[in-house]
Amino acid sequence: MTRGKKPKLAVWKFASCDGCQLSILDCEDQLLEVLGAVELAYFPEATRAVVKGPYDISLVEGSITTRHDAKRIQEIRRNSGLLVSIGACATAGGIQALRNYANVRGFIQTVYPHPEYIDTLEKSTPIRNHVFVDFELRGCPINKEQLVEVLNALLNGRKPNIPTYSVCVECKRKGNVCVLVAGGDACLGPVTQAGCGAICPSYGRGCYGCFGPAESPNGPSLAEWFRKLGHDDASIVRLFRGFNGASEAFHSVSTAHENPKPQS
Amino acid sequence: MAKTLKIGDRVVVDRERLNDLLSSIRAMGYEIHGPTVGDGAIILGRIDSDADLPIGWRDRQDAGTYRLERREDEAVFGYAVGPHSWKRLLFPPHRTLWQAEREGARFHLLPMREDTPRCALFGVRPCEMAAIRVQDRVLMGGPYRDPDYARRREACLIVVVDCHEPGGACFCASLGTGPTEAGEGWDLALTEVLQGHHRFVVRIGSVRGLEAVREVPWRDATPADLDAAAKQTERAVRRMGRKMDPVGAKEVLYDSASDPHWEEIAQRCLVCGNCTMVCPTCFCVNVRDATSLDGSRAERERVWDSCFSLEYSYIHGGSVRFSPYARYRHWMTHKLASWQDQFGSLGCVGCGRCIVWCPVGIDITEEMETFRANVGRKKEAAR
Repeated sequence: MTRGKKPKLAVWKFASCDGCQLSILDCEDQLLEVLGAVELAYFPEATRAVVKGPYDISLVEGSITTRHDAKRIQEIRRNSGLLVSIGACATAGGIQALRNYANVRGFIQTVYPHPEYIDTLEKSTPIRNHVFVDFELRGCPINKEQLVEVLNALLNGRKPNIPTYSVCVECKRKGNVCVLVAGGDACLGPVTQAGCGAICPSYGRGCYGCFGPAESPNGPSLAEWFRKLGHDDASIVRLFRGFNGASEAFHSVSTAHENPKPQS
Repeated sequence: MAKTLKIGDRVVVDRERLNDLLSSIRAMGYEIHGPTVGDGAIILGRIDSDADLPIGWRDRQDAGTYRLERREDEAVFGYAVGPHSWKRLLFPPHRTLWQAEREGARFHLLPMREDTPRCALFGVRPCEMAAIRVQDRVLMGGPYRDPDYARRREACLIVVVDCHEPGGACFCASLGTGPTEAGEGWDLALTEVLQGHHRFVVRIGSVRGLEAVREVPWRDATPADLDAAAKQTERAVRRMGRKMDPVGAKEVLYDSASDPHWEEIAQRCLVCGNCTMVCPTCFCVNVRDATSLDGSRAERERVWDSCFSLEYSYIHGGSVRFSPYARYRHWMTHKLASWQDQFGSLGCVGCGRCIVWCPVGIDITEEMETFRANVGRKKEAAR
């Protein structure tokens, strides 16, 4: 993106909790600077004013869970220069992808007095399953410094510094004592992508993988080690089936431990 | 105390006088860093008095596991090594290299404050001292000196403390890097003697070390003191949890490049990079540039990196070491084989951190033995 006219920024919401969008407003010190660098063209969470497309940068929060949304994302893609999906919902399907493991029709029949009003898809899927995505920002919610870094990089025409290695790298740089090795806690840090600043281990608890799988995760090995430490299969399934449970690397582990092979 | 002290002398400082030694070092203008209990481990922190040291604690270490326990005695240094190594101070995880400001089509560098802390590294283990010597060779030995490392290194005072309580993953004895300090580069080397009156046998290694001890009540070390210290060392050697035969390690690993065993290790390896982060000799860094949002300022930062990340070997077209087995192979072969060609020593000092802090307990000594056995079998078969 070249410097000159302020790029038009749009922020879109799909099935999600709005937490990632709020991370933008949570930029505090940098918020005015960010808003000074872009033209806020569409961001209902912040302003009712709407500038017509096309948009230079679209930030997309949330997963696709309805036929209507599946159509809407196509429209947004057509109207966007760069499309950046933000957060665990948009990049992995989110916690609502738990429906992928259950009978959605059964839920609807049980929960709603008028099930016929509900028009929803069987599965919750990430944005990249529907359209081409230029960049993905992980996390539940995303890390606001990472968001500013991506916008900053786009504005300055450089590569974003968004590492894809494990949480352990930033945890060790911080000097944290490993909660897995020194505490026996089930920590997903070794298979989870960095970017959060190793928040959970910094407060003495295991990582629950909200940034999704790292670049080359070895979930089966870690899960096997958890089992040796005394964590049972049910807790391993719960841990891997969280906000990023539908991502392939975590999904394969939870599925394997849901129907564990008899121990030899 | 009529005798004047000189470099090379061995004296005894009673346990009750340890605080005097700390005060003396502080009076020389050093900020003291040393072992302290924190977050369930013995980590490095600021030491203001002997009460900050891990008195009466020991560590139980094995592959992938570490636990702190109370000791039955009041040993000050009754543990092996913790997750932190001294490279945190000498080669910090984050460092800004330069900052610049845009000036039309040009830019100019901004002046940066170069604070070099005067640190006393108190309680450096012999294996860690060996690691510092390795990093000295890497970062100061060749034509490309790292000026920041050199400044920090030259400003620091080092107090080594021999090991009397080796850990389950320790193997310094087999590599000749401990449990007693036998090399150079330190200012004082202490041996804690628990038998009889709790005391420290202190060896003086430099003028600075001399200065630190001079003001502390001391007496000459007697043969009985030295004997008690030596006995403790012998006991430590016997109780060392692991061993690694360094002889022929280079040839074995060079002959093992296509051993299918790498693939077996990769089944377990998480490629998470913990081994490289805790290793006291690993020195790899990444350099990344950041800009202000409006593009008027830029800065370059250096951060610890790991050869286990894909970006580490990323060149045009992709990562050179894409598969996890290639990344583990690269690391282990560098530590034990190509490091020798590059820097004239092993890149491993036997501290055992990579074994303990590997979340799935991969053991470099065990893997080395497997490769050695496999190469032996291959040679046998070829005969």
